[in-house]
Amino acid sequence: MSGARLFGPAWLTEGVKEALLQALVALILAVPLIGLKTVQEPGGLGLQTRWPAVAIAVACVFVGRLLLVIARHIWPPRPKAAHSPVVAARIRRFVRLLGPATIAFALLLPFLPFADRYVLDVSILVLTYVMLGWGLNIVVGLAGLLDLGYVAFYAVGAYSYALFAANFGLSFWACLPIAGALAATFGILLGFPVLRLRGDYLAIVTLGFGEMIRVILINWSSLTNGPRGISGIPRPDFFGVPFNPSPAPDASAFHTLFGIAYSPIQRVIFLYYLILVLALLTNLFTLRIRKLPVGRAWEALREDEIACRSLGINPTNTKLTAFAIGAMFAGFAGSFFATRQGFISPESFTFLESAIILAIVVLGGMGSQVGIVIAAIVLIGGPELVRELEEYRMLAFGGLMVLIMVWRPRGLLAFREPTIRLADFDRTARARSEPAATVP
Amino acid sequence: MLRIEGLHTFYGSIEALRGVDLEVSSGEIVALIGANGAGKSTLLMTICGQPHAARGQVRFGDDDITRWPTHEIIAAGIAQAPEGRRIFARMSVLENLLMGATSADPQHFESDLTRVFTLFPILKERRDQRGGTLSGGEQQMLAIARALMSRPRLLLLDEPSLGLAPMVVKQIFRVIQEINEQQRVTVFLVEQNAFHALRLAHRGYVLVNGRVTMTGTGRELLANPDIRAAYLEGGH
Repeated sequence: MSGARLFGPAWLTEGVKEALLQALVALILAVPLIGLKTVQEPGGLGLQTRWPAVAIAVACVFVGRLLLVIARHIWPPRPKAAHSPVVAARIRRFVRLLGPATIAFALLLPFLPFADRYVLDVSILVLTYVMLGWGLNIVVGLAGLLDLGYVAFYAVGAYSYALFAANFGLSFWACLPIAGALAATFGILLGFPVLRLRGDYLAIVTLGFGEMIRVILINWSSLTNGPRGISGIPRPDFFGVPFNPSPAPDASAFHTLFGIAYSPIQRVIFLYYLILVLALLTNLFTLRIRKLPVGRAWEALREDEIACRSLGINPTNTKLTAFAIGAMFAGFAGSFFATRQGFISPESFTFLESAIILAIVVLGGMGSQVGIVIAAIVLIGGPELVRELEEYRMLAFGGLMVLIMVWRPRGLLAFREPTIRLADFDRTARARSEPAATVP
Repeated sequence: MLRIEGLHTFYGSIEALRGVDLEVSSGEIVALIGANGAGKSTLLMTICGQPHAARGQVRFGDDDITRWPTHEIIAAGIAQAPEGRRIFARMSVLENLLMGATSADPQHFESDLTRVFTLFPILKERRDQRGGTLSGGEQQMLAIARALMSRPRLLLLDEPSLGLAPMVVKQIFRVIQEINEQQRVTVFLVEQNAFHALRLAHRGYVLVNGRVTMTGTGRELLANPDIRAAYLEGGH
């Protein structure tokens, strides 16, 4: 019809239609969101209308969309090329180098010129979440059990350190295994009732479990001091030697032991290395266990539970070990959190924490260890970087997350390295057959 | 080797098996044929203890395995290639095979691997590929190979021809025969593809509405006019 060619070529007409539609949607949204503002008036709340602002917003959407359409016409999107194996191999090599490089950087960080107190504090925070992400990755990424209450085990670890250290005077190193064991016990406690659940149902129950622990912490005042929390948690010492600016004449402190001047940053550096070691232990454990039967059974369980049963894998034990081991690492991280903060309260263990840890795992690409590090840096370090944006900080942060999901919908690093290759067997077979080969 | 007596299985209030009697002797290939919903898969699942039978008995060798947990049944020497193949899509072919060897002695792993790679050379080529990237036929081969990795005495196959091209079906059935003759594995096969199944099997059973209505050698059943009318006409 000639009506379709009112002005310009067909693609432009289409584009204008599209932009008009978008502008309409923007109008519907903008009227309540931008157009109406509540203001304090003598007689109560009053409504103020801001129609010019609405008009600007709608116009922005219309023009923006139109520009997008024009841009798309001038530079048409190239058809997505299939990933060539060469590129994939190059990325893989890069990621393999990325791991050791990151570890080397992390080890040197406290001695780099820009590493002041603030940088170290943020790094400690990021590393805590890296460790939590790696711990949750065992449950969600490997075993495929969607756990929305992971923060409960973090809380158990934190409170067990706080209570054991305060009531029995146990040191951090004595409390660490206790906290891990307690958290693992809670993991099994959670695991038993949810053995038959999967997917959404499992997620809801774990969510409830996380809230239950928090509510218990709030209400069991005689043990946990309720919402007021526990303060005065012993700070860590250097394997029995305290960080103390003025030790008693006959006692030693960290700086006298090494014969250096006292500086408050020494404790922070120690905390940094402590969480780095704990996190690397978590990583090492995961990398090792993936190659063991139980780790492989976790991954198989994620893929297909019925097939697992038909192969004689016991799903009960497999799930419980995943819950217990994942919880154990959260317990370790919780102990660290308590000793670092010196104060804990139920407020530190809300659902939002679980959600952030889960977001790190998902954004990293479920199951990818390096991906989790990147995601933790982005999610925890990111808000710090854009601190100058003040109240728009969370908006920028949300936009960043949307961009990641648009750009890489399956997580930053979604590919999975097989845990075994035939070359491993060929090598052992050759090693075995070599003595025989020398016989003429 | 496998003896089933008066087996009843329920899904809630629905009685899927209504007293099945059946026997598989050592070294045989036995086929179970029947229409959709006759209870074929339920019978295989009940043998593996998923779900457990309400009444009746499943004997494997000298053991009454009716109430055993699934992983112990598998460890006793029964393997199943489940319906719909159910391979681990994100794991490599080699890892899939490794999972199959869960209940086997690890020291046999290399020789077992060589054995299944000889049966299915294509799997050796694809060993580092993700299971999910294989074609349907290759996935079925992987499912059978994975089941063989547990060194079973009895191999249960649930519709190995499902959704495969005729050429591939022929190939799969040839390998099943090879497994039976050369590897001395007893095979109990559930099929809708009655023609191929009965030609391959030493003996067959026909399952209708949860009951065995007919039994005989594969050749007898193939020649039977009722079977021809119900399961073979029109298709082949």
